[in-house]
Amino acid sequence: MADERDMREIYAGTLLEAGETDDRICVLEADLMKATGTPVFADRFPERAFNVGVAEANLVGVACGLASMGKRPYAATFTAFAARKGYDQFFVSGNYSGLRVNLIGTDPGITAELNGGTHMCFEDVTMMRAIPELTIIEPCDRRSLEALVRESIDYDGSIYLRLQRKGGLSLYDEDETFRIGKGNVVRDGDDVTIVAVGMVLMEEALKAVEMLSTEGISAALIDMHTIKPLDGDLVEQYARKTGTIVSCENAQVMGGLGAAIAEHLSETVPTPLYRIGSRDQFGQVGDLDYLKGTYAMDAASIVAGAKSVIARRRG
Amino acid sequence: MNDLDGIAREIRKLTIDQIAHLGIGHIGGSMSIVEVLTVLYFKVMDVDPNNPQRADRDRFILSKGHAGPALYSTLAERGFFPRDWLHTLNKPGTNLPSHCDRQKTPGVDMTTGPLGQGLSLANGIALGMRLDKLDRYVYVVCGDGELQEGQNWEAAMSAAHFQLDNLIAFTDYNKMQIDGMTSDIMEMDDLVKRWEGFNWHVQRIDGHDVDAIETAIAAAKAANGKPSMIILDTIKGKGFSLADGEVGSHNMPISMDDAKVAIAALDVEDGD
Repeated sequence: MADERDMREIYAGTLLEAGETDDRICVLEADLMKATGTPVFADRFPERAFNVGVAEANLVGVACGLASMGKRPYAATFTAFAARKGYDQFFVSGNYSGLRVNLIGTDPGITAELNGGTHMCFEDVTMMRAIPELTIIEPCDRRSLEALVRESIDYDGSIYLRLQRKGGLSLYDEDETFRIGKGNVVRDGDDVTIVAVGMVLMEEALKAVEMLSTEGISAALIDMHTIKPLDGDLVEQYARKTGTIVSCENAQVMGGLGAAIAEHLSETVPTPLYRIGSRDQFGQVGDLDYLKGTYAMDAASIVAGAKSVIARRRG
Repeated sequence: MNDLDGIAREIRKLTIDQIAHLGIGHIGGSMSIVEVLTVLYFKVMDVDPNNPQRADRDRFILSKGHAGPALYSTLAERGFFPRDWLHTLNKPGTNLPSHCDRQKTPGVDMTTGPLGQGLSLANGIALGMRLDKLDRYVYVVCGDGELQEGQNWEAAMSAAHFQLDNLIAFTDYNKMQIDGMTSDIMEMDDLVKRWEGFNWHVQRIDGHDVDAIETAIAAAKAANGKPSMIILDTIKGKGFSLADGEVGSHNMPISMDDAKVAIAALDVEDGD
């Protein structure tokens, strides 16, 4: 039977299961507990689930205090609030202080959909990348989400987890393994490498690979679930192999995954790159399909981007 | 004379000397909190200078992190690190940066600097103590100007909602902030009513009276089911004549000559 679970069910379910044997795990919410899916954790472990109300600065601060007591806090809110309202607290009380805090930003980028432009956060990845030593993760499927959340529990450092909470993708087989900081090769290819992060762009990238294939273009596809630290070795390997890269992210391209790849390759293997993502644009209200088209985060745009970098390589 | 008064005077002298060695520093807000630090570290808190990371210790957060020099003098006097470290304040490679840093200074439980973050951290620590069934307290010192930061009131709500009676906070009510009197910049009164309105147990006392501070902490511990705020009426720059009650004392230059005169004056008090 097909797995119909939302990504938030995987997130909350993984913490719930781990919480049975690890009493350090705490869940914190700011009046979005139902949205994040963590009521299952709160019902089972009411003493380790804290809802601080509509107060994101305090959400992050309380998580940092718990971390200083040796707990493993998972504090969640929409990306727009995690990045914009809890940034100073996450930066200083958490990361600068050397405390291990997991901050979860839900509804990334265009998945804010009908909440519209005020809630549509493209800039969180850029902001979070600027925090020294912080790890940034955005899983694209159920299996990788579960594996990476499990690894996060004993991970030596703070994590910003970008989580599309609704819907889900079952991309990987049971024997696939995942490590924070190591990208997964989804498809091998020779002519162009698509490096995608997150569920929206992975789904579109999978379509793009098929579309390119019908035109005789062999595209490799990498799931770069860890945006920081970037798996530079894998990027270099495929830059050498295919000579072209298309980065795909449901985020602002300035400072995001595409920028990270550009920074890395410009110092190692200079490679033609096209970046799929929001280009200095605010968000707006709309359904997912409309927004994919509006922000050129669809398969057709990835295909066009692939052809453009291949043309540049050939000069 | 109460022994604690003598210790407080020693901490004042160390703080003046510490900042004079650098030449400039946050003397005003350091001097106003000396008594509460003295009572906490020499009478109330269960801490171990030889094992500053002991898991079941009481914890302290100096939310107004710029008053680090007063905390450093207190920790040195209590034996957390050698006194001569005090002359390294803010110098390259120091363990004593201007604002408190839990990763650098033995005995500093939490990093603070950007104002308004300490009470949230204290919420988390108090909840952690509850989870670990530790019969311990987390103490926080906030500045009065600091309370203008909105995050404090988010944390005030959650501390009351979670009934954190193991959280005891102090407001250093010296009635001054960088740009002037708090009453001119952003009125804080009535602080008692404000905290009571947030359902905290509230006391207001002379912040330079060590006995009153000790008594208030005991009363705060007896207040079951509520976090406690002890508002300390204090004088910014207290005990250093050039800074005493001066708005300009937030961050001011101090020469070694100034320091000698000030310390000599405190020595005269010691002889009383």
